[in-house]
Amino acid sequence: MSFSATNFAQPRPVPVGIRSNEKSLSSDPFRFRFRGSPSFLGSPHSLRFNPTPPLKLAIPHSRRSPAAAVTDVSNGKMVKSSANMLITKEEGLELYEDMILGRFFEDMCAQMYYRGKMFGFVHLYNGQEAVSTGFIKLLKKEDTVVSTYRDHVHALSKGVPARAVMSELFGKATGCCRGQGGSMHMFSKEHNLIGGFAFIGEGIPVATGAAFSSKYRREVLKEASADHVTLAFFGDGTCNNGQFYECLNMAALWKLPIIFVVENNLWAIGMSHLRATSDPEIWKKGPAFGMAGVHVDGMDVLKVREVAKEAIERARRGDGPTLVECETYRFRGHSLADPDELRDPAEKARYAARDPISALKKYMIENKLANEQELKSIEKKIDEVLDDAVEYSDESPLPPRSQLLENVFADPKGFGIGPDGKYRCEDPKFTQGTAHV
Amino acid sequence: MATLFQGLPSSTAFSSSNKFNHVPAPTSFSERKSSIVTVRSDARWSPVLNYATHKPQRLITNAVATKADSSLASTSSKPGHELLLFEALREGLEEEMERDPCVCVMGEDVGHYGGSYKVTKGLATKFGDLRVLDTPIAENSFTGMGIGAAMTGLRPIIEGMNMGFLLLAFNQISNNCGMLHYTSGGQFKIPVVIRGPGGVGRQLGAEHSQRLESYFQSIPGIQMVACSTPYNAKGLMKAAIRSENPVILFEHVLLYNLKDRIPDEEYVLSLEEAEMVRPGEHVTILTYSRMRYHVMQAAKTLVNKGYDPEVIDIRSLKPFDLHTIGKSVKKTHRVLIVEECMRTGGIGASLTAAITENFNDDLDAPIVCLSSQDVPTPYAGTLEEWTVVQPAQIVTAVEQLCQ
Repeated sequence: MSFSATNFAQPRPVPVGIRSNEKSLSSDPFRFRFRGSPSFLGSPHSLRFNPTPPLKLAIPHSRRSPAAAVTDVSNGKMVKSSANMLITKEEGLELYEDMILGRFFEDMCAQMYYRGKMFGFVHLYNGQEAVSTGFIKLLKKEDTVVSTYRDHVHALSKGVPARAVMSELFGKATGCCRGQGGSMHMFSKEHNLIGGFAFIGEGIPVATGAAFSSKYRREVLKEASADHVTLAFFGDGTCNNGQFYECLNMAALWKLPIIFVVENNLWAIGMSHLRATSDPEIWKKGPAFGMAGVHVDGMDVLKVREVAKEAIERARRGDGPTLVECETYRFRGHSLADPDELRDPAEKARYAARDPISALKKYMIENKLANEQELKSIEKKIDEVLDDAVEYSDESPLPPRSQLLENVFADPKGFGIGPDGKYRCEDPKFTQGTAHV
Repeated sequence: MATLFQGLPSSTAFSSSNKFNHVPAPTSFSERKSSIVTVRSDARWSPVLNYATHKPQRLITNAVATKADSSLASTSSKPGHELLLFEALREGLEEEMERDPCVCVMGEDVGHYGGSYKVTKGLATKFGDLRVLDTPIAENSFTGMGIGAAMTGLRPIIEGMNMGFLLLAFNQISNNCGMLHYTSGGQFKIPVVIRGPGGVGRQLGAEHSQRLESYFQSIPGIQMVACSTPYNAKGLMKAAIRSENPVILFEHVLLYNLKDRIPDEEYVLSLEEAEMVRPGEHVTILTYSRMRYHVMQAAKTLVNKGYDPEVIDIRSLKPFDLHTIGKSVKKTHRVLIVEECMRTGGIGASLTAAITENFNDDLDAPIVCLSSQDVPTPYAGTLEEWTVVQPAQIVTAVEQLCQ
């Protein structure tokens, strides 16, 4: 069936960008009203900042989900009316566990790095867990995630075992990429994680291609169940890169099932977002291309989750892409090599007070979804998972020499024909990894 | 496959008389039969073992053997059909798209416009706008999109309207196309074909006359092939699409209108093999793409002067077919490389190094490499002519080499 580009030349009126603590929604497409001046971004010097959002998470006006049933009744706990709950107890515990896994894992990475178990560039995700958990926990296994170099936690959220990620970081043969990728190149075919990219922006076209595949399967190959969505995660620095804009255009043009998730942590190494960007409000760039643009508090996993739900549903229906800007913050430096001297300590303190894990913990306890004991036991469980991951990685073998040439080509005939007339991959030195290519 | 290739002694493959003013026919019928039979100049053939991928190139043997009296005689009674090189490319593309619904094309103006050189003409009407996708002008991104689609199960062919435009896609080609199979530990394969017209045309100006093979050749994980005749264009196109590796197929702007006869039966050529154009004794001339025709023109003059050059179209720019090349070097002991690539760091430079490394003892003279000059291709016709290797230079070089 042929699809014509003219079908979607007109951008349909897009839903208004939602800010999740906005009480009313404007019906004016492409415009967005929000509280206060556009100074919601922290600034390095003058202390314009948002008041700390209320700890009780406000529900966006249209988001009263009747399906959020509470199962605590069966546990014999008295709970308040379930209509206001954004999550069930199970969901809450799942989210908590995922964020704890992400946080503890990254802390363990730092430890291991300073002990000389891993090398090179390691970029940690502390502080941004709400974005990864909020989005990825809504996905099916067949949905695709594309990330950047700050990809450990995306891999973990997507389901890649902690053991596989840790041993990849240690450079062992049991790593998810056989030790060949490293910190910045996490891949998993089983879990549909297609990177892990070291250059910023270069994963966005790949994500667009994965979304294109999904649309192709549905429309050309007529696979009715092909409604897989793709999430592309990237940062504020990437939003000044050409590939971002080119892909926004193509995704909106062809209504690809993709969600562009901007993890705006305000800093690209030492470059403040405000110093690099003419218009720092990234969500606005979505409507400019004819797609929904949303800004959300990325330190609040429940808000992120609500926004993610809508964006994912939109993509799955075939209604096209969404650009979601998550205001978030990294508690550590850009990488373990970054002295992190440029950021204002007051800014750091402000965001530390908004730690997404503490916020969820508080929410769950206040709303009687869980008690301290249960949450502590989750933390203990994760500690054990990580100790096991480190032990496993320590004991795993390093890649042998024979692995050197194995994955250069999917079809090793690509190494060509040698002087003796045989394909070079037939040479025993190839299986030993000692041939020179 | 067991059919013997009969009676084509080397000297009849190319007589000096009338073959050089138009496209030379493939050197032997055995090439048409099988991608895995290489022709040696002494007219014996030897099979190269076909290491089957899960898409074996099996059809060739059956195709010829459909008739009960399968032999060369029957092949010659099926003369095939005549077409131009761009039509041969289209035929190959169309056949592969019919065969596998995951094969798709993307690029600028490939759909409704039919391709700037008409290689995809009519395909969008036949297969739909999603399978023959007109992209916006964003090479880096749509190349990356093709790579992402390949990683998730499709087999895209990415067309650069001019090869030079792919410089904008260098990030994606180098980092993602070449490397992702490795950095993912073998989990994802990237079966893309990146193709487009390149080379020096007729006064197209510097930026439209680029030869990117020299820039791409260092990227690990990709293969590069260059087609030069309708026959090998179709065969290489099909082979590239079926390959699990990323392949860059270099076409030449001036060769699209070459006319030749190609077999009716389906055939696929080997991506890694070189093509023997004219067997000879005195000197090995290695070339590819358009320079093949300059070489054959020079060969005509050379034969008249009493030389017997052996001409090989290397076809596979990365990796080199060291077997065909090596056998030739061992026979003639003299090598001349004629290419349109730039002098510095070009294919010729790599080939010189490879031959010196592997066959130094067989050489009686240093390798001579004739390349284009390291000059941005000028617009003026006379200047443009002088940057590119001309037949007269080839003749002089052979004469000097054979002294």
